[in-house]
Amino acid sequence: MAELSSELNKRLSDAVGKMPAFPKSVQRILELSRDLNCPPKELVSVIEKDPVMTMKLLHIINSAYYSFPKQITSVNQAIVFIGLNTIKNMALSFAVIGVLPQQNSAGYDMQRYLMHSLVTASLARILCQKFNKDGTDPGDCSLAGLLHDFGKVVFAQFMPAEFKLALSYSAEHKVPLHIAEQQIIGVDHSEVGAMLVEGWKFPKNLSYAIRSHHKPEFFNSTLQCCLYVADQLSQHKSLNYSSSNNYEIVEELPPALVARFGGNLDEIIVKLGDLSNVMAEAQAFAQTSKVAQT
Amino acid sequence: MKIKFWGVRGSIPSPGPYTQRYGGNTTCIEVRTDDNELIILDGGTGIFTFAQQLLQELPITAHIFNTHSHWDHIQGLPFFIPIFIPGNTIHLYGAFDPISGAGPERIMNIQMQYSYFPVREAEMRSRIHYVTVMPHEVIKIGATSITPTLLSHPVVNMGYRINCNEKSIFFTGDHEPHYNIYEPGEDGFDDYQALIEEQRLSIEAAMKGVDVLIADSSYTLDEYPSKKGWGHGTFDSCIELAQAANAKILYCTHHEPTRSDDDLEKVFAEAVARHDCKNLDVRLAREGDEIFI
Repeated sequence: MAELSSELNKRLSDAVGKMPAFPKSVQRILELSRDLNCPPKELVSVIEKDPVMTMKLLHIINSAYYSFPKQITSVNQAIVFIGLNTIKNMALSFAVIGVLPQQNSAGYDMQRYLMHSLVTASLARILCQKFNKDGTDPGDCSLAGLLHDFGKVVFAQFMPAEFKLALSYSAEHKVPLHIAEQQIIGVDHSEVGAMLVEGWKFPKNLSYAIRSHHKPEFFNSTLQCCLYVADQLSQHKSLNYSSSNNYEIVEELPPALVARFGGNLDEIIVKLGDLSNVMAEAQAFAQTSKVAQT
Repeated sequence: MKIKFWGVRGSIPSPGPYTQRYGGNTTCIEVRTDDNELIILDGGTGIFTFAQQLLQELPITAHIFNTHSHWDHIQGLPFFIPIFIPGNTIHLYGAFDPISGAGPERIMNIQMQYSYFPVREAEMRSRIHYVTVMPHEVIKIGATSITPTLLSHPVVNMGYRINCNEKSIFFTGDHEPHYNIYEPGEDGFDDYQALIEEQRLSIEAAMKGVDVLIADSSYTLDEYPSKKGWGHGTFDSCIELAQAANAKILYCTHHEPTRSDDDLEKVFAEAVARHDCKNLDVRLAREGDEIFI
């Protein structure tokens, strides 16, 4: 598969820096920033549900200006290191850029993307908590879930014509979108997402997980496994939150993952128990974004 | 090394009959190293008085370390007369601000704009050199090394440790001990607490064994709950920090602007009495006081 040229990678990195965030989080940040007594945990919960804000915040915090002894992978960590008010103002600076349009010329459904990212994030966290054997941080799994498809937003936003063709190709030929992207664009969203987080000095295990999230044959970490299974589970029929435009095809789990999680997707989802809270929370955030925009 | 306090008040200059003994100027601390390098910690209004004295010693080279960019730590800088006189060299060190995307150069640029100050930035005739510092990255000035540490305040705040020939000083600038943003039992509480603990240990390590710790003790324990999140410590939190770090002398500073000298001495004595300070010499910072270590 072709790789992204360093020039294109830089162009996309710069563009993402100026990219608006999702409507619901922008609305909430603007509200919270007017409230002198805004509860910090609410601020955290808004930022960590928005892939754009999370990307940007971790990018700035992990930049060379602070040279933290370890990479920062959560909003809470960022608050402890750099201070609540500074994070609040950073979020506000992201919010005032505007909102990511619900409709884009690629015809890509941003609400569905957000819903999928949030559900995958929650499931990856839960999977890590339940099946983790090596001390992998559930927070890292959640972050990987939130950001794993970021490349799709980047395509929709900055390469809409090509991405539209890839979406059509995927629907017509009934192939997963990443295959269609490789056909049409020459590179898929997992590669673009990984290049971005690499260029933005995110931890390597995160970029590995994002890059390989459609290639289970390359897995060697809990993070990769949890992300992959969460990504698949989130498209499981029992959780199917939208019948329209579902181009993704749920893949069978490779035997190694069946062994690791003690069953196939149908069995894992039973083991996870009631997921209605996860769905409701994600829905509340993703759906209101539509309302917020009108 | 010599340490001299030129400003010990927090937030806003507070001149008047009730603050005469401890002084009303905002934060400025002079440090002279063993090889007579001039280090100035913050440029609050106290730096103006100091500048008058420095006029006798021109030309000077001054290393001004800014802990953070709030007014009470920068307001004296445009009145630091040596910046206007050719032949002087001023190095201004400070943190990168992620909101403005700028380093300490912005401290001068913002203050010396037409609406706020009669002299333009371009009219500073000394040599000015801005240095954006990073946590843990040591700055060497002759035999002295200065190490910044990120502390907790509503704007990015660096504490500075100054080491010179086996002697050391740590100045916090403004700092409030971290607190958990979750309630006990809530999701996230334990993880957040672990992060706080890790950060507390790293801050204590940064000031470990210093001869002199100068720390932000704005509030009393009673005042603190209504000021939580404002970014300042208490007398008690400073004493505990000094003890945890094995500091020898603690100077409590950043005195609350409405606190009279009498009240300051009273609340200070009460806080000291609450702790066993056998191995710690706790003092109130007072404008004009100087010590040699």
